[in-house]
Amino acid sequence: MRHKFGTRYLWLFALLLVAVPVLAHHGNAAFDPTKRVTMKGTVTEWFWANPHCFLQFDVKDESGNLVHWVAETSNPPDMINHGWSKSSLKVGDQVTVTVIPVKNGKPIGRIAAVVLPNGQTLDGGFGAISDQAGRNGGSAGSGGGSK
Amino acid sequence: MTKRLAASAVALAALSFLPVRTPAQDAPRQPGAVYDADKKSEAPAPAPKRDLTGVWEPAAGPSAGVQATGSGQYPSDGKPEHELPFTPLGRETFKAHKPTFGVTQVPSALTNDPMPGCNPQGFPRVVLHNFRTSRIIQTPENVVILYEFNKKWRVIWTDGRQLPKDATDPTWGAPDPPESRWWGYSIGKWMDDYTFVAESNGFDDRTWLDNAGRPHSDALHVMEQYHRADRDHLEMTITIDDPKMYTKPWVAVKLRLRLQSPGFDIREMECAPIETEEYNKQFADPAAGIDAK
Repeated sequence: MRHKFGTRYLWLFALLLVAVPVLAHHGNAAFDPTKRVTMKGTVTEWFWANPHCFLQFDVKDESGNLVHWVAETSNPPDMINHGWSKSSLKVGDQVTVTVIPVKNGKPIGRIAAVVLPNGQTLDGGFGAISDQAGRNGGSAGSGGGSK
Repeated sequence: MTKRLAASAVALAALSFLPVRTPAQDAPRQPGAVYDADKKSEAPAPAPKRDLTGVWEPAAGPSAGVQATGSGQYPSDGKPEHELPFTPLGRETFKAHKPTFGVTQVPSALTNDPMPGCNPQGFPRVVLHNFRTSRIIQTPENVVILYEFNKKWRVIWTDGRQLPKDATDPTWGAPDPPESRWWGYSIGKWMDDYTFVAESNGFDDRTWLDNAGRPHSDALHVMEQYHRADRDHLEMTITIDDPKMYTKPWVAVKLRLRLQSPGFDIREMECAPIETEEYNKQFADPAAGIDAK
């Protein structure tokens, strides 16, 4: 809505009342930067798009049950800069994934590294900052459509 | 140009440039791009006069202009040297903002960042948040900058027109005051053969200044300086002047850019609601503890 130069915040309150779930704008607060979890799993989806790509994969736990994980990376331009492509992964690929897990205990995280089926290891596109996150508690992440 | 900004401009011209970040070993790179580290022994070539055109990439690396935790010169990290000169209103407004990055970050479910969902980040946030590969085009009437981040562009008029007089009385070629803009109104001129300066005002105050929730008001006045240091380098400086929010102007970004090949393909980085919705549904909402209904 266009308006003359001036300060009007009524629209913001309305937006917050109705649209918070739709506007979930992730950041760093959800993740535990002190932890790393490494798992072997099978790719079920490799989503390549802004604001961030994400990988869905199934992992067998100690009891043999399948746990479905979803882990994000940075955005496609960052991923290309870190050696990835849209075709780096496909459904069925066997991968080893290291994630920075979320604090709420769900099988969700931010990718620190992936060992691809060809043996190549690539990071999550957040680069040196995410690697440092566990040491200095700093924020990770680069840009994207909503970040 | 206000006296405050003129004084800032003189001071800025004397400052040396430092990259926002320096590349780590085995630093990432855009395929096909050339960075300063690739040409360490190369002597600088003469700068063309009054020429900003070309494809420009942060000289230190593709991430040097990515400022997730706020302005590159003043990241929101809690350090005293990065504290901004807030007015009381500025500090109050900053505290009311709930970003997902920076020292005041909140979980995504609690953010009031206006940008998610592909709302326009506007100017200057596009350069205070994600300055990536950009193309500058010059015509006799204007300078046009095409930004990779969310595939945006803006126009800086060089035809002699003036900015709207002030935030409360804009008079830009229309009988009625024009509306505020996400991207403001911009004019520019050459200070000498190698330094181009632009000024902007008329901003929609729904935007944030950066990704860490720094605020601006309708009184925001942005100054950009582009100094063609040599054939391959452009030094970009962004100064923020908003007397309602800050007690004095401050330099938000200083970035050294390197000229790329004219045929460099700037990657598409579009914000598509359909893709953002999928990302939120599959990842962001569950990560924030929001369960699907």
